[in-house]
Amino acid sequence: MTLHSMHTTPMLQMKNLSKQFLLHLQNSTELTVLQDFHLTLNPGECVRLSGPSGMGKSTVLKLAYGNYRASSGEILVRDTQGQFVDMTKASARSVLHLRTHSMAYVSQFLRVIPRVAAIDIVAEPLLDNGLDLVSREQAREQAAHWLTRLRIPESLWQLPPATFSGGEQQRINLARSFIKPRPLLLLDEPTASLDPVNTQTVIDMIGQARQDGIAILGIFHDDSVAQEVVSRTVSMQPLETNK
Amino acid sequence: MLHHDRVESDPVRDTQINFAYLDERTKRMIRRAILKAVAIPGYQVPFGSREMPLPYGWGTGGIQVTASIIGCTDVLKVIDQGSDDTVNAVNIRRFFQRTTGVEVTTDTSAASIIQTRHRIPETPLRDGQVIVYQVPVPEPMQHLEPREEETRKLHALQEYGLMHVNLFEDLAHFGHITSTYDYPVLVNGRYIMSPSPIPKFDNPKMNLNPALQLFGAGREKRIYAVPPYTTVESLGFDDHPFEVQRWQSACELCGSKVSFLDEVIMDDQGKKMFVCSDSDYCSKRQVKP
Amino acid sequence: MTGFETQQPLMRVQGLSCAYGARTVVRDISFDLWPGEVLAIVGESGSGKTTLLHAVAARHTPNAGQVYFDLRDQGLQEIYGMSEAQRRMLARTDWGFVHQNAADGLRMNVSAGANVSERLMALGQRHYGQLRAKAMDWLERVEIERNRIDDRPNTFSGGMRQRLQIARNLITQPRLVFMDEPTSGLDVSVQAKLLDMMRTLTRQMNLAAIIVTHDLAVARLLAQRMMVMQNGQAVEMGLTDQVLDDPQHPYTQLLVSSVLQP
Repeated sequence: MTLHSMHTTPMLQMKNLSKQFLLHLQNSTELTVLQDFHLTLNPGECVRLSGPSGMGKSTVLKLAYGNYRASSGEILVRDTQGQFVDMTKASARSVLHLRTHSMAYVSQFLRVIPRVAAIDIVAEPLLDNGLDLVSREQAREQAAHWLTRLRIPESLWQLPPATFSGGEQQRINLARSFIKPRPLLLLDEPTASLDPVNTQTVIDMIGQARQDGIAILGIFHDDSVAQEVVSRTVSMQPLETNK
Repeated sequence: MLHHDRVESDPVRDTQINFAYLDERTKRMIRRAILKAVAIPGYQVPFGSREMPLPYGWGTGGIQVTASIIGCTDVLKVIDQGSDDTVNAVNIRRFFQRTTGVEVTTDTSAASIIQTRHRIPETPLRDGQVIVYQVPVPEPMQHLEPREEETRKLHALQEYGLMHVNLFEDLAHFGHITSTYDYPVLVNGRYIMSPSPIPKFDNPKMNLNPALQLFGAGREKRIYAVPPYTTVESLGFDDHPFEVQRWQSACELCGSKVSFLDEVIMDDQGKKMFVCSDSDYCSKRQVKP
Repeated sequence: MTGFETQQPLMRVQGLSCAYGARTVVRDISFDLWPGEVLAIVGESGSGKTTLLHAVAARHTPNAGQVYFDLRDQGLQEIYGMSEAQRRMLARTDWGFVHQNAADGLRMNVSAGANVSERLMALGQRHYGQLRAKAMDWLERVEIERNRIDDRPNTFSGGMRQRLQIARNLITQPRLVFMDEPTSGLDVSVQAKLLDMMRTLTRQMNLAAIIVTHDLAVARLLAQRMMVMQNGQAVEMGLTDQVLDDPQHPYTQLLVSSVLQP
């Protein structure tokens, strides 16, 4: 894989992607959220999913991450070997591997794990499954660097984030994904709870990531933020015309 | 042949009772069990333990083993805690006098069969002698693993980690291994065995002993054996190996410094005296100048 | 080394079925488990999940199907084709089993130290000082005070007993641990502590685990993969977060929607 092709070969491709929810408990109501959706995402791009709420923007991110299961269509993610893996057909193991090495997802809400200190939550991706990329001490050092950059006071580092403010939790979430850069980054409203100063930091972080060749797919509620980071917008329309 | 001191009513052979009390078929069954036990040193062989004229816990297993091997030319010694004179020893000896009419003796070296509860005589045994131990609980792991189905598997698979758990516990709680009697042993490098509640002081005597050692547990219905010249090793840890007991004093009656001593309280002020537990050994030493 | 590079699954279950007389309690279950993976088996009472766990852990002979485990030097071996001695050895070294009730997995009348070092003694370790030192290290790792080493588990709280059970199992660095409702019956704060510890240990030791639980939150926290059982069948299986966030099967949807959120 040449440097050139690495940057022109897409990181993510969604083809004819459809998602229906079949709600068995509500008289088997079928809810179509996405239909025949197409998307190509290249390294270094930051593509924005825009549109009114309820149009399936978060769903697209969750499908890309494997958090939701597609009803039909393809989701192709490039793995570390340069091969495309179809998420819709991949084994659980393959998806876990992709999540470890190829994609990161910053959800809107931090799922709080009781008792684990903020610094350890951020350091965790570096220590996963005895990967032994770094020692525990080094991982914590890097976590400290990110926490500092995102202005989390040191007094909070040893505390579990359960009692943190929404903005603080969001920054923990971001640090946790950025500490271990992966070629595909999925961002769901990354600055929603942040003040202007921290918002600017996140803008810088996204910009740096793009320069490093990371492919980003995101939802940004704030147009002024989008203006700074986004290279292309895909607007999600009501279902008849999703392109 | 030396005789013991005559007691008041020395029993005579009661010919209404079969020789050695048990019927011949029972003796045959027990002998088969003994043969099997001898063929597999340390392995507990189940046998059809009979109802004896004394309750469980009084040596019925040992009595049945002795009854199955004793012949009219045998010379029998019976001891209990090393003494020929305790109630238990006296009654068992009289039982065999009544049912077999064999010679009895207190002299260890003169006996061909020695039935014992809780001690091995100080006088070394020799080739041709048989020592029969009375065993309350044959299974060395019983109090840690009460299920027999499980202990049988452990023995079969040689899974003996549990035995060391016991010793570990002792070290943890007392700083030293406190089992001072019924100290578990590894027989012929294969089976772990309970040597019966003999003091651990006696354990080394079992190793490579020229005599045949038989063990009978009546209530639990098991027989096991250590053939002559078999290795018997007491368990221990690398950094806490097996050690025998030692006393500061010598026997006050005969002066022995190497025998197992009993502590005897002399009066209400707590004055005590140490004397040999093995009465025959002690009295012999007193006779010699 | 991550699980992905190894080509063999750690455990392979094929067509496993268990019946009690005419009543089938586990129907045709198949799955692979890879090194370092935690699989949660979730279901309600009567789903067959506990029987399934016992069947894959060689504690209950199935009526049909095979269970293969990757022995270190011999590759995948069918566990019911092994001798009992081999199975027992496996259970003592490369496997762990954490019972729901800690008393079932401990020797209650023996000290914590002896409980923890028993497996090592069973493997032939005979140096008391070293055994004790190792036991103390493990007590510390499961957050039991070192000075409790000589105390018996019947003086421990439920949470402590469970942590002791875990130490007892992990001291031989097993590659696979089976857990049967490990946090049931414990107070919430105690559960949190235990789950946190289990999470850390499985990651640090790259442990694979099969955890039976009725608690979806436990599955979410500990397992990357999840199997939902109903009436002996696996109705849904996949990534934990996917099964919980996008349940497909009606029963899974019912389970997920039934959970109270505080």
